Amino acid sequence: MPKAIREVYGSVLAELGASNPDIVVLDADLSGSTKSGIFGKAYPERFFNMGISESNMVATAAGLSTTGKIPFANTFTAFLTTLGLLSIRSLICYGNLNVKLGGAYCGMSDAFDGSTHHATEDIAVMRSLPNMKVLVPADETSTRWATMFAAEHKGPVYLRLSRDVYPDLYPNDAKFECGKGATIREGTDVTVIACGLLVHKAIEAAEILAKKGISVRVVDMYSIKPIDKDLILKCAAETGAIVTAEEHNIYGGLGGAVSEVLAWGGAGVPTEFVGIRDTFTESGPYAQLLAKYGVDANGVISGIEKALSRKK
Amino acid sequence: MPLSKAKVTQLSEFCRTFRIDVLKAIHNIQSGHPGGSLSACEILTLLYQERMNIDAKNPGDPNRDRLVLSKGHAAPMLYRNLIEKGFMPKESMSTLRHINSELQGHPSMHTPGVEIPAGPLGQGLAAAQGMALGLRLNGSPARVYVIMGDGEQDEGAIWEAATSAPKFKLNNLTAIIDYNGVQLDGTTEEIMPLRDLSAKWHSFGWNVIECNGHDLRQLNDALDACAKIEDGPSVIIAKTVKGKGVSFMEGKAAWHGKPPSDDELAMAIAELGGEK
Repeated sequence: MPKAIREVYGSVLAELGASNPDIVVLDADLSGSTKSGIFGKAYPERFFNMGISESNMVATAAGLSTTGKIPFANTFTAFLTTLGLLSIRSLICYGNLNVKLGGAYCGMSDAFDGSTHHATEDIAVMRSLPNMKVLVPADETSTRWATMFAAEHKGPVYLRLSRDVYPDLYPNDAKFECGKGATIREGTDVTVIACGLLVHKAIEAAEILAKKGISVRVVDMYSIKPIDKDLILKCAAETGAIVTAEEHNIYGGLGGAVSEVLAWGGAGVPTEFVGIRDTFTESGPYAQLLAKYGVDANGVISGIEKALSRKK
Repeated sequence: MPLSKAKVTQLSEFCRTFRIDVLKAIHNIQSGHPGGSLSACEILTLLYQERMNIDAKNPGDPNRDRLVLSKGHAAPMLYRNLIEKGFMPKESMSTLRHINSELQGHPSMHTPGVEIPAGPLGQGLAAAQGMALGLRLNGSPARVYVIMGDGEQDEGAIWEAATSAPKFKLNNLTAIIDYNGVQLDGTTEEIMPLRDLSAKWHSFGWNVIECNGHDLRQLNDALDACAKIEDGPSVIIAKTVKGKGVSFMEGKAAWHGKPPSDDELAMAIAELGGEK
């Protein structure tokens, strides 16, 4: 039975706490939601609840890292990457400090709370910061890897984490690498390069289109910065059309990152962008929001159809 | 321990020459912040040249004392102190704010001896709080000092950290406010009145000590008193004069971020007793 991504993350933090005494965890009064509280319960002396003060939490994490600690700072990413941004930029990234940022409730996964609590620009913001690594896991196994990687890597890491349950994608022994993507499903007509929830929506879309004789390749781009240039250019060359898919604004996120590679590599293939179309979102049941804002299987299908219609 | 007469004489001479060297560096690149560098002179010099346990030969010592210059625009006075401690050669000072220099306009990790970047105001107190939490977890006897400006007290982030540090009972954390009464656009009274700053900090749960921030003995006694306090963090509200030591700069907002001209530098050096 798949677990919610936040549950997996909280459990892995607690496991890391057992094996590494330098792991410390901070939260801004949302530890019950982000699940950093699982660590807090196990290691209260290494858990700091900063109250509702995101900027204070991030700067405190920066200070902790200079004493050899490995801080994981957590809150809803709609607040982490906004209120926390000054210290993320000018302390953590500028100083290349060993701080990990757990961005909870990404995309519209905090559905009913509405647009103020939805994070649809965090990838764009985080990937524009020098020294920052940006990882977006899409199932339990990749969340486990991303969290472990963050603890081992020396330097800033941003983890984009969902509130939601994602189906399993990978076997337990799957190998991941920062800077790589994974081909989840082979295909020859078009490649959907997706991250997080949209990997699952892309698989759904591929299955539907397979029945119509369209062969869709699906790539899980779990590492957005650094990004797997070779894989992107290989997919462009082999399938001749690219669709990016993410629970994020179509500007500046995964779509932006992939486009940069396609332009740099002179790929010259039709490219379509599935994502939130530069608008604020709203409250509602998660599935209905995903449908309304075009980030479900139908949205991916329509992106694929547009890309194919432009393919020579 | 109170400062001996000989020690006061030695530190006063450091302060005199550091003021001259800072003004020369700012004059050289025609950019920088003389006012706040001069007001923080005694605070930084006493900490670096007398009190802090730091060694340029062992810069990664886990038990070294830490200093966060939250009012990062006073960086030139920090750099001059680090040079005196042997972190860089004296010639580095003339590269301040030049291209390819290890001495950036505001503190950065390019500079040996700097613990954390600073510049955008309001972040240093929380960063210092993180250091104090980490050092306590490590069982280290080290102390953490953070120097803030009085204008910086306008920043909301200061008050977030002011709220949390007493919760964590960080008696290894000492904050010092360089209370020179002047910010960039005018006096603090004109721009954003601070009201009873001592009462504010006290009500947030801090041990508050007020002193003259240019009197080395008073500052040293205040720091001694902070070191003895066991139940939480301390803040020293150090009354200072912006541009201290140069008559035409003293108390003037215009000298927050203005470099001296050739003539002004010559006058300033003369007032400071000249170069020896």
